[in-house]
Amino acid sequence: MTDIPAPRHIPDRLDKPFRSAIFSWEALLVVVAVAIFAINSFASPYFLDPYSLSDLTFNFTEKGLIAFAMALLIISGEIDLSVAAIIALASTMMGMAVQAGAGTPVLVLIGIVVGLGCGAFNGLLVTRLGLPSIVVTIGTMSLFRGIAFIILGDQAYKGYPSSFAFFGQGYVWWVVSFELVLFLIAAVVYRFLLHRTSFGRRVFAIGNNPVAAQFSGVRVGRTKFILFCLTGLMSGIASVLITSRLGSTRPSIAQGYELEVITMVVLGGVSILGGAGSILGVVLAAFIMGLVTFGLGLLNVPGIVMSIFIGLLLIIVIALPIVWRRLRGGR
Amino acid sequence: MKAFLKYREIWLFAAIVVLIGLISTRFPAFADPGNLRQVFNDTSILMILALGQMVVILTRSIDLSMASNLCFTGMVVAMLNAAHPAIPIPLLIVIALLVGLVLGAINGLLVWRLNIPSIVVTLGTLTIYRGATFVLSGGAWVNADKMSADFIGFQRAAFLGIPVLSWIAILVIALFFILMTRTALGRSIYAIGVNPTASVYAGIDVGRTKFIVFCISGMIGGLSGYLWISRYVIASVEVANGYELNIIAACVIGGISIAGGIGSVGGAVLGALFLGIISNALPVINISPFWQMAISGSAIILAVVLNARGERQQGRIILRKVEAVT
Repeated sequence: MTDIPAPRHIPDRLDKPFRSAIFSWEALLVVVAVAIFAINSFASPYFLDPYSLSDLTFNFTEKGLIAFAMALLIISGEIDLSVAAIIALASTMMGMAVQAGAGTPVLVLIGIVVGLGCGAFNGLLVTRLGLPSIVVTIGTMSLFRGIAFIILGDQAYKGYPSSFAFFGQGYVWWVVSFELVLFLIAAVVYRFLLHRTSFGRRVFAIGNNPVAAQFSGVRVGRTKFILFCLTGLMSGIASVLITSRLGSTRPSIAQGYELEVITMVVLGGVSILGGAGSILGVVLAAFIMGLVTFGLGLLNVPGIVMSIFIGLLLIIVIALPIVWRRLRGGR
Repeated sequence: MKAFLKYREIWLFAAIVVLIGLISTRFPAFADPGNLRQVFNDTSILMILALGQMVVILTRSIDLSMASNLCFTGMVVAMLNAAHPAIPIPLLIVIALLVGLVLGAINGLLVWRLNIPSIVVTLGTLTIYRGATFVLSGGAWVNADKMSADFIGFQRAAFLGIPVLSWIAILVIALFFILMTRTALGRSIYAIGVNPTASVYAGIDVGRTKFIVFCISGMIGGLSGYLWISRYVIASVEVANGYELNIIAACVIGGISIAGGIGSVGGAVLGALFLGIISNALPVINISPFWQMAISGSAIILAVVLNARGERQQGRIILRKVEAVT
């Protein structure tokens, strides 16, 4: 029926051109980030101020936390569109707990457990029933946010304890926020997980060829299940941060975040087809998106116009290497 | 194969009949022919959009920018109408189709010429087109009082007792039916979805066909732009925000496989009708509209579970990714 492709040469180490291509992707991101940083500091006198720069980090820390787990998930060849809905559901559950008189530790626990539970639900549907993740998570995206709407309707939960505000509004040292510290710790942890452990190698193996990975003894289903749980967990953590920062819960909280998170991951050089990507790229992409939105915000550019720049950035950064390769190849 | 597809649509049709039956136990007037015609009319735009999305999904691609395209084109025709009320409506519809075509062609060119995955391209253009709407309008709204009476009235006029909007939907359904079952383009769309490599050997230009399907979905987005704006008589940046996922949901419920190659015009129409009936029924049977999201979410998951059981009988496709690359 179908031709079996000829066996490919598998080197012990990745050869040079490939390595330099990866290097140049991140180099490209660094160049873009530096350029935007420079343009911003020329364009607005308020930009190069420690407090401004500290505010800037809030633009990407919450989405960035989810983007790390999402990067692993996309590398393995799956996707999760329900992350923003998980935030809404976890936040709603925390709001209910507040009405019942729960304290800060219980709230954090609830946010994280609800996130983990939602992720596990996605994972079960995808791995146990063998369903395509893009469709499953479009469904659970409606389901999770739908439950939040059923519970809250057009109401809002308020009255979070003052100690709860630390997670989204607190500073660890001078202008360094708790969110930024968490983001950096998560970056290190995920970088280690993806690039330094056998689990990370398995994620790449699954993304490149799930069947071959299966025949090589990788438990594909279980690994993917863990990745969905991780993505749910990070969404739960992000929910704690956002709820704490806003101090209230509406069912429309974090609407549209899923596409921004995926944009961040793809901008970071993770192949949407799976099998390639790095955490460093995602960190850089998070910085770039934060810089663009914050810099334009200082110039009084409305949010909707900023989204044009983010969209253009996504397409141009993806298209540039392809056009460049083609131009060089044509000569 | 064909009997199997038919089986699935009959199945979905039965589910819709049962749904209408259940609703009419609570609210008997719901099953009235007059009311069902109204539901069909209310769902027309979603049906048209689902058909446009269907041809894209069949080729293993996806168009996330349809709702933004709708928003942009709707704003263009609304502003044209507000500035030049003399432009006849049929010409305005042609303009909407052309604007949509251009937006779709941009998606298609990026997918065809640069080989960027369609989900990435349309994720980008989703935000770009909606942002462009803001730039075009300066954030202002076009209200009912700025639109001409023809602009609003055209789709509401009755022809043979049925509103023009419903007739447009019927026409689009008929055109897609002919396209998918009677033309070479329709066959190649299915072929690409089932096996892109084999399609190349069969002489099909995969890239060019993908370009064409994005042009089709773009034109559908543009047409829906006019229909949407003249139906809800307001053009703003917020129009149809997030609606792209409803369109995909209608396709999924209609049994169109996200992996490409499986699906039919009847399925897309029934999938859209299923969602339309739910949203129309909730208010009349006294369920809070806040339940709608969770219900359609559950319907999507249920539909995928049921459809996956059917697809599995086709046997395993080994090394799909490698095939797609070579």
